[in-house]
Parts: sequence; C-alpha cells; structure tokens
Amino acid sequence: MSRLELKELYTGFRDAGVIKALAKQICTEAEKLCEPLCIMEVCGGHTHTIMKYGLKQLLPQSIEFVHGPGCPVCIMPKERIDQAIALSGMKDLILVTLGDMLYVPGSISSLAKERALGCDVRALYSPMDALAIAQQNPGKTVVYFAIGFETTTPMTAALLQKAQEKGIKNLLFHINHVLVPPAVDAIMHDGEARVNAFIAPSHVSVISGAKIYRGICENYATPVVVSGFEPVDVMQSIAMIVRQKNEQRCELEIEYSRCVTMEGNLKAQEMIRRHMKPRENFRWRGIGDIPFSALELKAEFEHYDAEKLFAEQLPHQKIDDHKLCICAKILKGLAKPKECSVFGTACTPNQPLGSCMVSSEGSCNAYYRYAQV
Amino acid sequence: MCLSIPSKIVAIDAQNIATVETMGVMREVSLDLISEVLETGDYILIHVGFAMSKIDKKAAEESLQMYSEMLEAMQDEERRELIEADDACEKRTRQ
Repeated sequence: MSRLELKELYTGFRDAGVIKALAKQICTEAEKLCEPLCIMEVCGGHTHTIMKYGLKQLLPQSIEFVHGPGCPVCIMPKERIDQAIALSGMKDLILVTLGDMLYVPGSISSLAKERALGCDVRALYSPMDALAIAQQNPGKTVVYFAIGFETTTPMTAALLQKAQEKGIKNLLFHINHVLVPPAVDAIMHDGEARVNAFIAPSHVSVISGAKIYRGICENYATPVVVSGFEPVDVMQSIAMIVRQKNEQRCELEIEYSRCVTMEGNLKAQEMIRRHMKPRENFRWRGIGDIPFSALELKAEFEHYDAEKLFAEQLPHQKIDDHKLCICAKILKGLAKPKECSVFGTACTPNQPLGSCMVSSEGSCNAYYRYAQV
Repeated sequence: MCLSIPSKIVAIDAQNIATVETMGVMREVSLDLISEVLETGDYILIHVGFAMSKIDKKAAEESLQMYSEMLEAMQDEERRELIEADDACEKRTRQ
C-alpha cells in the first residue's frame, strides 16, 4: 500500500534543492552540447512555470526557450469572439463559457463588456453546469461556447452526450476546440523556426497520449519530452533533452510518467471521435489559417450546432492581427517579446494587441508579469 | 487553461460522481471519462469538473525517490567541497 501523501505531489515537484541539483547536472552536461539548444515549450502552462520560477536564469547560455502557441485563449481569432458576442446579444439566449474567455477582446468588445451592458453571459466552473442552466431556463436557448485544446475537448463531448441522454433540446454548442500537432507543424514546416527540441504539453498528453508527437519527433528530427507542469518536471525534461542531444538521439520520451502514457485516455478519445470531426480550416490568431487544426461537431449533431443553426446571423468577416504585432515571429523563436515595438506600451495585458499578450499563459503576458522591462 | 489539480477521492456515488479533496477543499467531479475502476483513496487529476486520469502513485514515488537521492548526492558533494576548501585553507596557513 502506497503511503504517498497528496501534498507531496505538489511539494515534491517544487523542491528548491532538487531544482538546484538538476540545474547543476544540466550545466555540467550542457558543456558537451555540439550546438545551442533552442527548446520550444509548446504549452503556455510551461511558459508560465519557466518564467514564474526563474528557471531560465539557472541554465547555461547555450539553452534558450521559444514559447509556443499552446494557449487556447491566446490563439482564438477575433472573429470567433465576435460570433460569441453576436450570440450573447440574441433575444432569449444565454451564452455560457469557461471563465478564461470572458475578458478576451474581439474586434470591438469582449464578453465581459457585453455582460456589463446586460447580456446574459455566464462563466462556468465545469461544462456540466450548462445542463442545469438549460433545465432551469426551458424558454431560453443556452449556447456553450466551447474552447480549449485536446485537454478540454472530451468534457464538451461528455456534455453533449448527457444532453442527448436527458433529452435536453435547448442546449447548443459553438465549438472552438483546437489541436496541438497541426499548430506545431504550421510553425515548423517552412524550416524558418530555430527550434531543435520540444517540451510537449502535460495535460493534452494525458488525454491524447504521447503518441500524437511521434510525427513531430520524426519529421523534424528533434527530441520531444512530455513534461509535467511543476518546476522540477520542467528541469528534469530539460536534462532529458540535453542527454538525448549529447547521445545524438531524437526520441519521444515521457517525463510526466505519473500521469501520461503513450496511448492516453482511450475512453476520452473515443468520446471525442464519436461527436466531433476535424474542421477543414481554422484561423489561429498570430499564426493564420491551419488546415485540419480544429474540430467541429459531426453532421449528425447539426441540430446541436449553434454555428450552423445561426449561420446567417453570425459575422464571418476575417479580422487580421494588428500590423505592428510580431506574435508570429515570437512563436517561431525569431524574436523575443521585448523586441516588439508595442510590447508593454500599446500592448499590455489590459489592452492586448497580439495573441501572446492575451491570457496569463501567453509568452508576452508572462514576460510582462515576471520580466518587466 | 490546461492546468489540472491532483486530488484525492473521498467518496463515489451511484451516478459516477466522485467527491474529491484538493488541499482541504472538497468538490464534486464527474468520472465519466475514466474507464478504470477507481476507489476512495486514489489520486486523480481533475480538469473543469472531470477526472482526466488516475495518478500513478508508484511512478510518482519512483520520481520522488530519484530526486531525493540526487539531492543527497549534491549535498554530499557540497559538504566534500567545503571540507576540501577548508583543508586547502589549513595548508595555506601552514605555508
């Protein structure tokens, strides 16, 4: 019988001594590196850990980070937010979404501003809470504005399944679920990006399994290590990458073995497959159009699809990123946030111009908070 | 956004809803996305009201054990360095 205390899952992976020991080990082994390491941490959660715990400062000059596109709030294009805002303004409609989405600006407003003006917009702790809202408001239509990477997608599918089982007809979905591997491909495929190793997301991998990165590992001949979110996890993953490089290996490894397997959560994957299919195209804020990089409801669930049912009332105009914004370069590792002419001046967390400043997990936002100019 | 919290299962009801404890806070989460059999005392990762996976206690313990050995080795080495520095200091004084 295991005697592992729950709190050790936090404290054990945040221990300052262990971080120091790993830093020492990395510094020694990094002396043998043949080329500088340019590691992309794909997920915004890792960017946050690196900045919050000052991990970069513990590492040698030869190891650099490129902060990837893995924040579903940051990459949401303004036209999708405009659609949510249009829905929230409709008569007898309640728009529900996860709290992260409320403050993200669309072309002229945000859901929080619309709520202040009297629209019925509600933040959910769990997608399941949408069921009760729909049941309590039989005369109204409830639309769940669904966001998130692979991590949050099965929960939307589970909600749809429950709505069917309970015969709830007034709950609709506006699906904005996006996928990690196509976004990484979009950044890497032209060969411009300087990235030569990856720290892969923690909880996307819990659902999808580490197997989804095999293509990245093979196509770009880079080490990929699936890492947990705690600082010790991130340092250990960097140590694993350095070792792979020194031994001239390019392999897919799992550091976060307490939660991630190669196969992932098969039941959750099946739940997604049953309800959703790849979307032909999705426009990412900061990157642009990426084919098959997002999901939509399957045709048989069209009667639940707010995007289809309200197609004529929703705005479809594409909105470009601000012309001064260099998010695309930052995402490719070709520039750092501080090189952007509007960073911290015209573009701040309260008034973001570019995708990387939008949520606390965006790279510009993290630099603004933890490494201010 | 993709953050998740390790929690301990306190009870499971007939609707497949678990009561979990997270650092002293109790809440309810759906087990609909989990295929394996869970029981009270298990640790799970939760995300927006759902359990995402069971935490492999053995793997966590192995990692923590490896880190504690690494820490000990570093502390031994630091102690040895201190002693060596001290010895060097004595030699210098004798000279």
